[in-house]
Amino acid sequence: MAKIIGGLTSSHIPAVGNAIHNNLQDDPYWKPFFDGYPPIREWLGDHKPDVAINIYNDHGLGFFLDKMPTFAIGAAHEYKNEDEGWGIPQLPPFPGDPKLSWHIIESMVEQEFDITSCQELAVDHGFVVPMQLFWPGAPHNPDMPRCIPISANTVQHPIPTLKRAYDFGKALRRALLSYPDDIKIVVMGTGGMSHQLDGERAGFINKEFDQMCMEKIVTAPEELTKISRRELVEKAGAQGTEFLMWMMMRGALGDKVNPVSSNYHIPISNTGAGTMMLECAA
Amino acid sequence: MKLDEFDHHAPIEGTTLFDGTQAMKGYALNKMCYSFNAASAREDYLADPEAYMTRFGLNDDHKQACRDKNVLALIAAGGNIYYLAKFAGIFKLDVQDVGAQQTGMTKDEFKEKLRKAGD
Repeated sequence: MAKIIGGLTSSHIPAVGNAIHNNLQDDPYWKPFFDGYPPIREWLGDHKPDVAINIYNDHGLGFFLDKMPTFAIGAAHEYKNEDEGWGIPQLPPFPGDPKLSWHIIESMVEQEFDITSCQELAVDHGFVVPMQLFWPGAPHNPDMPRCIPISANTVQHPIPTLKRAYDFGKALRRALLSYPDDIKIVVMGTGGMSHQLDGERAGFINKEFDQMCMEKIVTAPEELTKISRRELVEKAGAQGTEFLMWMMMRGALGDKVNPVSSNYHIPISNTGAGTMMLECAA
Repeated sequence: MKLDEFDHHAPIEGTTLFDGTQAMKGYALNKMCYSFNAASAREDYLADPEAYMTRFGLNDDHKQACRDKNVLALIAAGGNIYYLAKFAGIFKLDVQDVGAQQTGMTKDEFKEKLRKAGD
């Protein structure tokens, strides 16, 4: 049977993609951010997951406002990284696992999460930047897992509640654990942490709130589900709502997790950048 | 459910929530910005902005905000920042340029504000 071995979180800022492309990992501005990744890569090298479920939010590449799914699940053989309009170098396609995708889709709908299935889905920086950070050279890293993108809407309100996001993760856990193949799975929650790009409040970052979230997501994720969407915008910034993806990831890990690694740095671009590796309790 | 339970509509200073009201207002503008994912569309816009805006059915508020490259006006006209970022990208403006413009700071001042958030 399939096993969920851990969860990974990472911010997914476009500028990080450029920094990787330009080899700026040791640059004084970037180093405190990139230093959060080697311990996690070491863990991944030891455990070699077969599949990575990458929970992210599309930023207007895979979806437009004409049809905006609240929760969308990839069901493709591969996922293409396409031009997003601002010149980040594009990567070759990422390998999918459509058989597992359809298992997840069947199970989620059975559990009354009425998702959108996507047999084609262009993936943007929200998906590919964390892949590059955890598996350098992605998708050509020799340990590159097969991947399944899950996108949640944070582009247009109403966005899902934190409780719904966490419950989605719990249902995803049941879906994955019922898969008959002996595979090891990691679940990624990408995006966040606090940032706001738009309005007179642009540049808002909230260190205290981010650090509280990083603590509670380990020990007491249920408490975070009490945060309303308005409060999340107020405390984390208009785009800090991407923390929803972390909650979806956390729900999939089960009650008890062991934090293996954690890093937080301000600022990367306009964002409080958080990175974590949570191992599922045996 | 009572209406006041949709608490995300209560105002937050300096913040415009992109909700249904904004989505209705800005649809043509956002659709044009979405087209800028394609390099050829970006070239078409730069070659003849007025014709490109008209092709997408932008109204006068949308058009004037685009001509002025005024981000707060683009948001007021219903623009969504994730799509507006693609518009800004045409002019090689990054999110610090966009932030500086909206807060009335120089780019260096804005970057210093971001850095200070880490203290």
